[in-house]
Amino acid sequence: MTKAQRDIIIFAAFCLAVLATPLLLQGNYLLNVFVFIGINTMLAVALNLLLGFAGQISLGHAAFFGLGAYISGILTTRYAIEPWMAMVAAALCVGVIAFIIGFPILKLKGHYLAMATLGFGIIVYIIFNETVDWTGGPSGMSGIPNLALGPLIFDSDMTNYYLIWVFTLLTMLLSINLADSRIGRALRAIHDSEVAARVMGVNVRLLKVQIFTVSALISALAGSLYAHTMTFIAPASFGFNFSVELVTMVIIGGLGSIYGSFLGAAILTLLPEFLRVFHDFDIIIYGLLLIVMTMFMPGGLIGGFEALAAAIKRRKEA
Amino acid sequence: MLTIKNINTYYGQVHALKNVSLHLQEGEIVTLIGANGAGKTTLLNTISGIVPPKSGQILFSGAPIHELPPHSIVERGISQVPEGRQVFKPLSVEDNLELGAYLRYRKRGGKKETKETMAMVFDLFPILLDRRKQLAGTLSGGEQQMLAIGRALMAKPKIMLLDEPSMGLAPLVVQEIFRVIENLAGEQKTTVLLVEQNARVALKTAARGYVLETGKVILEGEAADLMENKDVQRAYLGRDKKEIWER
Repeated sequence: MTKAQRDIIIFAAFCLAVLATPLLLQGNYLLNVFVFIGINTMLAVALNLLLGFAGQISLGHAAFFGLGAYISGILTTRYAIEPWMAMVAAALCVGVIAFIIGFPILKLKGHYLAMATLGFGIIVYIIFNETVDWTGGPSGMSGIPNLALGPLIFDSDMTNYYLIWVFTLLTMLLSINLADSRIGRALRAIHDSEVAARVMGVNVRLLKVQIFTVSALISALAGSLYAHTMTFIAPASFGFNFSVELVTMVIIGGLGSIYGSFLGAAILTLLPEFLRVFHDFDIIIYGLLLIVMTMFMPGGLIGGFEALAAAIKRRKEA
Repeated sequence: MLTIKNINTYYGQVHALKNVSLHLQEGEIVTLIGANGAGKTTLLNTISGIVPPKSGQILFSGAPIHELPPHSIVERGISQVPEGRQVFKPLSVEDNLELGAYLRYRKRGGKKETKETMAMVFDLFPILLDRRKQLAGTLSGGEQQMLAIGRALMAKPKIMLLDEPSMGLAPLVVQEIFRVIENLAGEQKTTVLLVEQNARVALKTAARGYVLETGKVILEGEAADLMENKDVQRAYLGRDKKEIWER
């Protein structure tokens, strides 16, 4: 079995599991949580393209998510634009913004890049809060219309689940394909050594901006989907905390692993449901989780599983 | 084939290359020797566009290339094997080689041609064929150097810039690497600019040589003549062993 065939089988199995999940959860409030897992997976995979593949940190990805949500929200509620059109407009708009800020920002490396993206996230967050006439300010914006396909309106947990997961699965498929392509190799090369990548003929500067743009665009799409499924948005969902949470998802799952991003997103979305007893102390648990993971499983959960499987195989052979 | 005229390169305020001129003829091996910090690596990086020169000209087959970005220079046929090998450690040997053909891969029939060139590289370095699924980071130093050279060959370069291929390698491995370098120039007509600390081996392999000191070319000539030159003997050959020891 070649690697390509194995990839197809794994992806097909994953799709089946996604399709079947609602049947097991009928009427359960967890279905709503799984809608969020879908959105977060999409975001984590998008960030993973940048962080895990190209090795460029972003502490401002919640801003792209928020911009997607707000542009969609404003266009549909104030200008009565059709939700699907608003979604396309939001994604394109955020793509253009990312492309423009990408050139100066991605010249920076390491801590400086982290600071610059952090700054961008904070600026956008302030704009959400202060432009009250447009966004409703801190109290948020409501009455965002649901998406609809003909007579089918996406307004229940069940319909939302399938809507979101179609987009999430497409994002995953795109990313899995990218990983094994010429561009995927070039991204990993940049991650390892920019100078070596440049002497191979990789246009490092442009490629970094391009992947940043793709990543932001997918995040914006997730934002639009979020706005249209929740019908209510407020700045608090798009702050610095959420940017950090996204980075945590990617690292816990495993840098550069698409299914890892799903695992990370699932764990960090489900965890609060089980940590309710701890109230506001859940942030401490996230912190501990991140420390323990980076210390003992630097490859993330997927990397950890692989190491474990290899160890078991060795033991069997011995 | 490649003519460098009076180039000056700076790192910020530091004047790293001072009026350096040099030329390469087709199919010849030319070596650049000099101590640490003489500007050897800077010269290679200037040719490949990583650190563009402030003034002066670099002509490749008559056309100026000193204002082009690195990827255009690679596309025109100049590939660098960077100092310290710099193979992509988390990637497999195969992926490393495919990255070498990054610009050719997307062209018409590029995929097939890449396969053919890869077969040629495996012919040259059979050990890489055995290791092709392995991660580059798990290879020995010598194997990594072979991979770095193979990766540069994947671009089918007309000129290859080699930065200290003998660095940190056992003498036997160095011999093997240099045998391949001689082959490249002899059979495949690849022009080679070889930067070395190991002046003895470099001068034995090359036809001509340049000696660089604190950013200036202080000597040039036939390799055999340089080998006989008293200054070269004193500075680069006699203290050869000690220099390696000190690094």
